[in-house]
This record gives sequence, C-alpha cells and structure tokens, in this order.
Amino acid sequence: MRWFFLIAAMLVPLAGQAAASPCLTRGTGDMGIIIERAAGSLQVVDTTAHSELFRVEGLGDLSHASAVYSRDARYAYIFGRDGGLSKVDLLCGTLVKRVVQGGNSIGGAISQDGRLIAVSNYEPGGVKVFSAESLELLADIPATRLPGGKGSKTVGLVDAPEQRFVFGLYDTGEIWIADLTDPKAPRLQRFKDIGRQPYDGLITPDGRYYIAGLFGEDGLALLDLWHPERGPSRILNHYGRGKKQLPVYKMPHLEGWAVAGDRAFLPAIGLHEILVVNRDGWQPAGRIQVHGQPVFVMARPDGRQIWVNFAFPNNDTIQVIDTETLKIIKTLKPGKGALHMEFTPRGEEVWISIRDLDQVKIYDTRTLEQTASLPADKPSGIFFTSRAHKTGL
Amino acid sequence: MLNCKSLMAGTALALFSLAGIADSAPQRKAEILHLLKHDCGSCHGMRLQGGLGPALVPERLKPFSAEQLAATILHGRPGTPMPPWKPFLTEQEALWLAGLLKKGIEP
Ligand code: HEC
Repeated sequence: MRWFFLIAAMLVPLAGQAAASPCLTRGTGDMGIIIERAAGSLQVVDTTAHSELFRVEGLGDLSHASAVYSRDARYAYIFGRDGGLSKVDLLCGTLVKRVVQGGNSIGGAISQDGRLIAVSNYEPGGVKVFSAESLELLADIPATRLPGGKGSKTVGLVDAPEQRFVFGLYDTGEIWIADLTDPKAPRLQRFKDIGRQPYDGLITPDGRYYIAGLFGEDGLALLDLWHPERGPSRILNHYGRGKKQLPVYKMPHLEGWAVAGDRAFLPAIGLHEILVVNRDGWQPAGRIQVHGQPVFVMARPDGRQIWVNFAFPNNDTIQVIDTETLKIIKTLKPGKGALHMEFTPRGEEVWISIRDLDQVKIYDTRTLEQTASLPADKPSGIFFTSRAHKTGL
Repeated sequence: MLNCKSLMAGTALALFSLAGIADSAPQRKAEILHLLKHDCGSCHGMRLQGGLGPALVPERLKPFSAEQLAATILHGRPGTPMPPWKPFLTEQEALWLAGLLKKGIEP
C-alpha cells in the first residue's frame, strides 16, 4: 500500500516520463551525475561500485550544462543551455521539477544556506534567483543594458559567504556582488572597468577572493570579498607579453580552484600554458608549457597533481602535472572529446568523460592507469555530491 | 532583405557547393556537421541558439551573404572570441557551412 502511494506520487508530476523506479535507501556521499549532453539526459552513478543507478531524461539542451547540489546532497540542480533549470532526486532517479527560466543560461550556484538557486543568463543577460525548494522565481537581477536594449551577458556566477552571489558581465566589463539576505530585495554592489570581456570566474575555496578571467586583456581581475570597498585589482598583468596570441577554439573554465600548497594554477587564454601564481601576494610564480589551450585545470584534492584537458583540436589529450616540480609527468590519450574531469572526494580516482567514445573512463591517480569505464551517451560534465559542501561549486 | 539578389546567389552557390561536397566526400560532410554541433556548439550552443557567440539561425544571419559568413568562419573576428577555422576548413567547406546556416540547420 505504501509503495503504491509512493509510486503514484512520483508518477503524477511526471506523466509521460519513463516509469519511476523505487527510491533507494542509502547515503548519497559516493554518488554523482554524468551529463549526457546530446540526449538531454543524465546518469546517476555510484562512485564506489562504478555503476549507473538511474538514467533521468527530458532535461533539454545540455550542451555546456553544469550542476550544483542541495546541502543534503540528495538533489542536483542542472543548468541547461536552453535556460532550463532542473531539479533531480538522486535517490529516486526522478526529475522533480523543471522550469525554463531564461533564453540561454550558462551556469548557476546555490546560496550559502542552501535555500536559493541563482542562474546566470546570456540572454537576456542577468541573474535570476529561485527557491531551491520549489523553483519559484524570487528575484530577477537584469544586467547592464547595451545600446540596442540587450543585457550584458552574465558569466562566472558563484556563491559567496554571507548569502552573496558574485558574477561578471562580459559585454560591459563589470563584476557585481548581489547580497540575497532578503531575496525579495537583492542589494547590489557594482564594480566597473574591471577589464575587457570577463569570460568566467572563480572563487577561492575559503570564499574570500573572486577572480575573473579576461578575454580582452593580458591578466585577470581579483576582488577581495572581505574588502569589496577596495575594488578589483589586476593580477598576472601582461602574462602573455610579447607572445603571439593563439586562437582559442574553446573558452577555458575557471570553475574549481587548482591549489597546491601556496601556489595556484590557472589556464592562460590564447597561450598553451598554465599560469602559476603565488597565493601570497598574487605574484607570478612560473608557467608550464602544455599540449594545447587548457580548458579545465584541476587539482587532485590533496594538491599533489594537476590534471588538464584541452580545447579543440587537442581535446583527445589529458596531461598530468606534478605540483612540486611543475613537470608534466604523464600525457594521456584517452580519446577524442575528453571534455570534463571529476575527482572522487579524496582523489584516489578521476573520472573523465570521452564524448566521441560514448564512455566515461576512470583512472587511478596514483598509477595514472585506467582502471574502469562506464558507457554513457556523449558524456560531458561529471559532478559528484562532494560539491554539496564546497563554496563556489 | 537588403540584398535579395546576393542572398539568392549565396543560396545558389551554397547549394552548388553542397552538391560538390556531398558528391566528393560524404564522410567529410558528416565530420563538418559533427564539428558544427560540438565545436562551434561550445560557443554558439549545440543547437546553435547562441551562447558566448550569437545564435546562428537564418533570422539573425539574413543581413549577411554566404560569402561574408564564410569569411567570418575562415578568418574569425579579431578582438572577439570568434576564432579562425581556416586550418580546419577549406573555402568551399566554409561556404557550404555558411549556406546551411543561412538555410537553417539543427545539428
Ligand atoms: C570560442 C568561441 C567560438 C567558437 C568555438 C566559434 N565561434 Fe563563431 N563567434 C563567436 C563569437 C563571440 C562571435 C561574435 C563575434 C562578434 O562579436 O562580432 C561569433 C560569430 C560568428 C559568426 C557571425 C555571426 C554574427 O551574427 O555576427 C558566424 C557565422 C560564426 N561565428 C560561425 C561559427 C562557426 C561555423 C563555428 C565553428 C566552425 C564557430 N563560429 C565557432 C565565438 C565562437
């Protein structure tokens, strides 16, 4: 009887969807999702068993999709390219709710207290804030208007301590801080002239510094969120000085902060290099020549290695860098379309989606050998629940 | 709208080169469509509805001739993230692609 009601309750909002499976009773700490970008579906996976638990369909255009987790790590919120915001229940393998909130979204974040979901949009530019519970719209923050009436594209949206969100405005070269303490009346702080064409942003894991990558400048913009009144400053200015800028066939992603000891690692743009910066004073501390335009530069959770993937036409390659010597210790050729990497919570494994092989390959990060694989339909982003408790992820 | 003739000429050209490519290398055609979906798609959206780069849909592309679009594809737009695809596409292939975009395509 109980099952009947449970199943009936799950089926009602999802009429037309594949029949729901019974819900699992287990912790979600070793679970995650794999985005299947072309099919508009995702897999719920078990990272201990290396297995698929559920496939959830009907999520729309998932190219470039990203995800965040509720603080109980039961629900994933997926931000799709078509402006769709979907809430997926990992234990039941169901799409709980989906709203199409904007024309063209690029990413999102969950607030410090877990109650708000913010989504940034290319079109119309701006940020919308939703209830994490119901996906009801709570606040709409339009971006600066451009001549012609369109809003500036918003990029690099992250959550920050004290119930804030921070994001960049691509067309107008701004960083905004939105304080959502009262979701009905967001308080905005706007910083102008931060540099040309910010294309993405990241926040340090302690939530103190926001860094925007700039497409139109040789440098990055840094904002100290403990002292926003000091305004943004420029770091790694002229890192590419005198060098010929190479074409960029895919924009790098700054999400995730690759830190090892007192050094941080960032993708250069227009150079086949990784920039090393001293966190103490933000001075350049070196550069590493790599195989192509880096896209994701990710540190193994213990900071001992950096794993890098690359833009077209080098997206068949992954390089592993030793953070002590700054040397490349391995060049892997896992297959064409190596789009995304995700470490297990303590970093003994890394999962890599290989789009053109319809596979996710799993590597042991000690031996740097592949140990397992999982079939997936044109996989792109991989997101594990350990993100639930990390600022900026 | 403004240059109906060159539009038609562009379409004719595109159709012509479409036939050319289709005859000579159907496999190459599939490769280019894969490139369009996944690699152009990373900036223009996998369904070409726009992203960091604008939507590549007929409505928007109307003012441009196929030749103009092919030139943008081959040489990129300096100062913007639009990169030059000349190392990966021939002129004929770019023109074919431009024609498809103007006609409307859902990759
Ligand atoms: C790294 C990002 C990026 C990639 C990859 C990319 N584009 Fe673009 N593209 C842009 C941007 C940004 C613009 C707008 C440039 C401007 O501001 O004028 C653009 C403009 C264009 C335009 C002109 C459209 C208009 O309305 O002005 C065409 C056509 C185009 N791209 C085709 C392509 C094709 C075909 C591919 C793949 C072979 C591709 N692009 C790949 C970023 C990209």
